[in-house]
Amino acid sequence: MYRYDEFDHDFVQARVAEFSDQVERRLAGEITEDQFKPLRLMNGVYLQLHAYMLRVAIPYGTLNSKQLRMLGHIARKYDKGYGHFTTRQNIQYNWPALSDMPAILADLASVEMHAIQTSGNCIRNVTADHFAGAAADEVADPRPYAEILRQWSSVHPEFSYLPRKFKIAVTGAKRDRAAIQVHDIGLHLKKDETGALGFAVYVGGGQGRTPIIAKKIRDFLPEEHLLSYITAIMRVYNLHGRRDNKYKARIKILVHETGVEEFTRQVDAEWAHLKDGELALPEADIRAISTYFAPPALVARPEGDEALRLARLDSRSFGEWLDQNVVTHKHPDYAAVTISLKGVGEAPGDASDSQMEAVADLAERYGFDEIRVSHEQNLILPHVARADLRAVYDALVEIGLQTANSNLITDIIACPGLDYCALANARSISVAQEITHRFNSLERQRDIGELKLKISGCINACGHHHVGHIGILGVEKKGAELYQVTLGGSGDENTSVGEIIGRGFGPEDITDAVETIVETYLRVRLDSSEIFLDAYRRVGQAPFKEALYGSEAKAA
Amino acid sequence: MKILTANRLSDGEAVWYAADGTWAETIDRAETVADKLGESRLEAIGKAAYDNDEVVDVNLIDVVVTDGIIRPTRLREVIRAAGPTNRTDLGKQARASARHA
Repeated sequence: MYRYDEFDHDFVQARVAEFSDQVERRLAGEITEDQFKPLRLMNGVYLQLHAYMLRVAIPYGTLNSKQLRMLGHIARKYDKGYGHFTTRQNIQYNWPALSDMPAILADLASVEMHAIQTSGNCIRNVTADHFAGAAADEVADPRPYAEILRQWSSVHPEFSYLPRKFKIAVTGAKRDRAAIQVHDIGLHLKKDETGALGFAVYVGGGQGRTPIIAKKIRDFLPEEHLLSYITAIMRVYNLHGRRDNKYKARIKILVHETGVEEFTRQVDAEWAHLKDGELALPEADIRAISTYFAPPALVARPEGDEALRLARLDSRSFGEWLDQNVVTHKHPDYAAVTISLKGVGEAPGDASDSQMEAVADLAERYGFDEIRVSHEQNLILPHVARADLRAVYDALVEIGLQTANSNLITDIIACPGLDYCALANARSISVAQEITHRFNSLERQRDIGELKLKISGCINACGHHHVGHIGILGVEKKGAELYQVTLGGSGDENTSVGEIIGRGFGPEDITDAVETIVETYLRVRLDSSEIFLDAYRRVGQAPFKEALYGSEAKAA
Repeated sequence: MKILTANRLSDGEAVWYAADGTWAETIDRAETVADKLGESRLEAIGKAAYDNDEVVDVNLIDVVVTDGIIRPTRLREVIRAAGPTNRTDLGKQARASARHA
């Protein structure tokens, strides 16, 4: 993985010193809250319901064991023993004191981490496929390009005060696990007919109060033009994106209002000036960054097949975990493991200090020192020898992280919601908890099959409900929580925005409603190979409406 | 009825303005006011505390008082006063149960 060079170290240290000084001056009353707020936000510090919240950047979701151990240490020393992994592949701490921020940032810097650009109207953490570098279906590892974008976008003088926040995602596989079409810019790394690497470029996607699917404005951008072309897009956005209305300030609105054709024309006109200038990426630089992401030396471990055959016979629950949470690796003797942070009754994405440390130990011992955070709020060990899977599983049982529910109905994305968030209108975690209890039976979950359920506690859609096969949006109505249900959303290569099925449900009824939807799906599906999303796309809303609202739906 | 709430600058702790002139860490000690005059007084106190860098995010919130128990009308403020509903071992509610244990 990427290692800081001298410049990176100096840059992060300088920022720690600068922000520490700003915190000290704020605590001493030398600067006002109005002056301090934009400074703290640039360093990932929010004020939430119960306390400050610190969001730490995890570039493209990649961590080594030392870093994950440090995240556990920070949870224990400065917080309340846990952290929350987010849909931007970052981690949030819910309870740090402002006075502890300098010490926390110094600890983070000691393991090459920081909280810069995790908030504010700048280019945020670039996300990537969590199986990058391991996935069998990948054309090339997207992370070198994510790292190039990270370096280019960090305190970029021209793009630090954009009309609004800006999110970029990159995938290197056709199967999109990074939800690139609901990003401000989505990049799909691929090869042309000559075998050269480049990107399909998608622009203007996003969720929030106005969900819009990104438009592909270029089918193949040669890799050397990555920065010049993205700079051209950013310039058009920075110039024409609306600054008068926060709710219309994202690039998706600009692309929508300008029209794709005209927007693309403007980008191309800008690009013409930039294309062959200093932003052209030298081949040598791309390859130099790529060497940081070279796959580990995976020695042959052919004994894995026999070991797994025996282990399956020995333990049914291990077999279930293997079927659900382990995916094919580029190397036939290896696998990528999803460590579910979605146990029954747990807050999606939360991990305790000791769990973080234990996962770090596992990565060190069995996983070539690498951990990923997925945007679906799980942890990943991307390179584990199949022969070691049983040992990894047994260790996960010890720390309660053996839940075999990857891609099933209880593998829920949920934002922190009203239990923590100052913007939320309704709780998300409590809904997720109740659904995981209701669908506790793994047998039932596996019978239901792949089903992505996502919950947001307000219209900002941090819980990605618009792209949930089943999406749940919490709102406040007459002082009480109300949950609106959308069906048919998807955040993969066939992205779609979920459609509202009808009137919302109170907190006491929402789990029943989900169950009714699931039972309806089981009734209408052609067979067990037709997953929920496909069945919904085939039959439409009608049977679900009928099941949820009965004769009332017919009348409507 | 209304009460005055904020977060303490140094650590972000949710606090409520109490009749004894301090910022209490639990809502049960909050001073309630029932008229515009009281609200204006609390607002002025809040502004002064904000200007004095004691607290941030100062707000007057609606509450009902039943049998001497102060309860905010909005769920947001109920959760703020207690702690996350999924982690009753955290926040103010944890201290309350520790006291009663």
